[in-house]
Amino acid sequence: MTPRTAALVGNPNAGKSALFNALTGARQKIANYPGVTVERKAGRLAVPGCQPIELTDLPGSYGLNATSPDEEVTRKVIMGEFAGEPAPQVLVVVLDASNLEQHLVFAQEVIALGRPTVVALNMVDLAERDGLVIEPAALEQALGVPVIATVAVRRRGLAELAAAIAAAEERSPEHHRPHTTLTERRVTAHAIAEAAIISETSRHRLHAKLDRLFLHPWAGPLILFALLFVVFQAVFTWATPFADALELGIGWLIDRVRSLMPAGLVRDLITDGILSGVGSVVVFLPQIVILFFFILSMEASGYMARAAFLMDRLMARVGLSGRSFIPLLSSFACAIPGIMATRSITDPKDRLTTILIAPLMTCSARLPVYAVIIAAFIPNRSVIGPVGLQGLVLLGLYVFGIVAAMIVALVLRRSVTKGVASGFIMELPKYQLPRLGDLLIGLWQRAWIFLRRAGTIIFMVTVVLWILLNFPRAAEGQDQVDASIAGRMANGLAVVVEPIGFNRDIALSLIPAMAAREVAVSSLATSYAVGAGDDEDAQARQLGDRLKADWSLPTALAFLVWFVFAPQCMSTIAVTRRETNGWKWPSFMLAYLFALAYIFAGITYWSAVALGL
Amino acid sequence: MTCNNPVVVAAAIGMTLDLLPLGKRARITAVDWSRLVAEEALRLQALGIDAGAIVSISHRGVFAGRDPIALSIGRMTVALRRVHAQAIAVQAL
Repeated sequence: MTPRTAALVGNPNAGKSALFNALTGARQKIANYPGVTVERKAGRLAVPGCQPIELTDLPGSYGLNATSPDEEVTRKVIMGEFAGEPAPQVLVVVLDASNLEQHLVFAQEVIALGRPTVVALNMVDLAERDGLVIEPAALEQALGVPVIATVAVRRRGLAELAAAIAAAEERSPEHHRPHTTLTERRVTAHAIAEAAIISETSRHRLHAKLDRLFLHPWAGPLILFALLFVVFQAVFTWATPFADALELGIGWLIDRVRSLMPAGLVRDLITDGILSGVGSVVVFLPQIVILFFFILSMEASGYMARAAFLMDRLMARVGLSGRSFIPLLSSFACAIPGIMATRSITDPKDRLTTILIAPLMTCSARLPVYAVIIAAFIPNRSVIGPVGLQGLVLLGLYVFGIVAAMIVALVLRRSVTKGVASGFIMELPKYQLPRLGDLLIGLWQRAWIFLRRAGTIIFMVTVVLWILLNFPRAAEGQDQVDASIAGRMANGLAVVVEPIGFNRDIALSLIPAMAAREVAVSSLATSYAVGAGDDEDAQARQLGDRLKADWSLPTALAFLVWFVFAPQCMSTIAVTRRETNGWKWPSFMLAYLFALAYIFAGITYWSAVALGL
Repeated sequence: MTCNNPVVVAAAIGMTLDLLPLGKRARITAVDWSRLVAEEALRLQALGIDAGAIVSISHRGVFAGRDPIALSIGRMTVALRRVHAQAIAVQAL
């Protein structure tokens, strides 16, 4: 017998994700690149005495009348119209207990389908905090389906909910309701909510107080910018001890291999190829985890929507809306979840513009590149108090990407994505303290994706590059890199990038960086390790020191600026193709990014040389 | 035709939402859906912003601007732009 399937449906901000995490724990299957509640999430719900239930979490929706691509997904899955995805047997409607009247509108629409349905009256604790007491039995009577009160974050009502899902049955025909209009559902929702609410006292006081601070016309934006500043400083400083420890560990591993294995090509492949290549990327895990920690906390606490509100006016200036802010902020972690998060943008032109500028947000894969170059070329000195010069340069690079994105958006909105000015209509969810367990699940998923990339794409690319760098073998007195296949390829490319100050090593690193941006660092590490040959001193030196010795400051700066645009990332191109249904827009994206990268790296190099840096 | 426009009529006797003072409660008397893009109209309706709803403006604008607007409706807060608010006629309570 096939396992029972169920799906969580409900309005955005009903606490579906937290409930899903609480029900399925860490036993979740997520498609390659999770975007927040947009991607298909599936997990197994254990029911004592029954067989487990396959549970999916559907994107939040206001109704079966879809107005955005992610609502369309929800509608299609519920109706069984989604190719390759059979309709879930049981629908679990998640209601925010403190926003009952609003959430009951969509609930009625789902219940009216006449399918096996269970209602989870979620976040009853927050409702109680707001002075609302609700009688689930009254709700159950009015809706005609089982209603279970739950508090996902405190694991209240979960066993009862699981049992109800397992027991949900085909409902008798008298529960089938005729099609109702939105107004009728709204009137009914009001009546049901009225009847189910036993007492109602103070209105969401804490919520209003926090909004008064965070949405204050002057203090609000200042708090947001201060927060973003703290995030970027933290990414650079908090991560250092962890990164140092990882680096020590990798160094120790390389030494162990050197002492245990006989000298030869195989040992070199392991130490110079795999360990220094993959290792140089893995050391950035702490920084990526810290960045995602802030992004996930902002999402879970409800602050992210406030940030969108604050940014709307600025975004409106370039023809976008505050809604684009969330995908763009996610793109700081990685453009892929960012581009996928654009599915919540209603306006197609708006969405396309956001997708096209998402790669200009400095993703975490560029962090390893920035970190190595900054550490090597920018002196580690304090500017004011704890604010360091290195952190400031890093912030500068991020700001450069943002400014470039805004200018590009402005130009695009007046040319290729011209259309009516987009609107901004968005619910601001209640503030909530993020639950540590949910944050940890999210962080684990992101860290795992990063490590899997390091273990697969980056591993393969480093090995291939090492082989290309080591064959054919150099003749006596000839430089190995010069003699190799990769060296010859890079010599060809170097002619093109020479005018903007790039040397052969950079040209060499740009080729494999197509697979993943952070590979640029591992490629540099691999090629320097190979180039150093048997020179023990050169091998012992850190990558940063080697770069410092070989590159001029203008070259390093041009390299940094190149990575602000960093056109090379196959995954971004692939996801853009999928989300825009064709090759037209990814080709356009690639072309404009390459052009800008070349021009701005060139300008940087020439100005730096002219200034005598 | 303008004389039949509910918002124009409402504006003559009351006002549009964008002019409602901060914190003042008002009832929506009419919405001129023709001034909104279809998706925006659907989204507003889905959020319960329709004739009969009682709303108030809790926050307005950033850096002394008048856009966007944070609207309190029931136990929700909804962000929208001034252009949307201009299509909504209200009567202060």
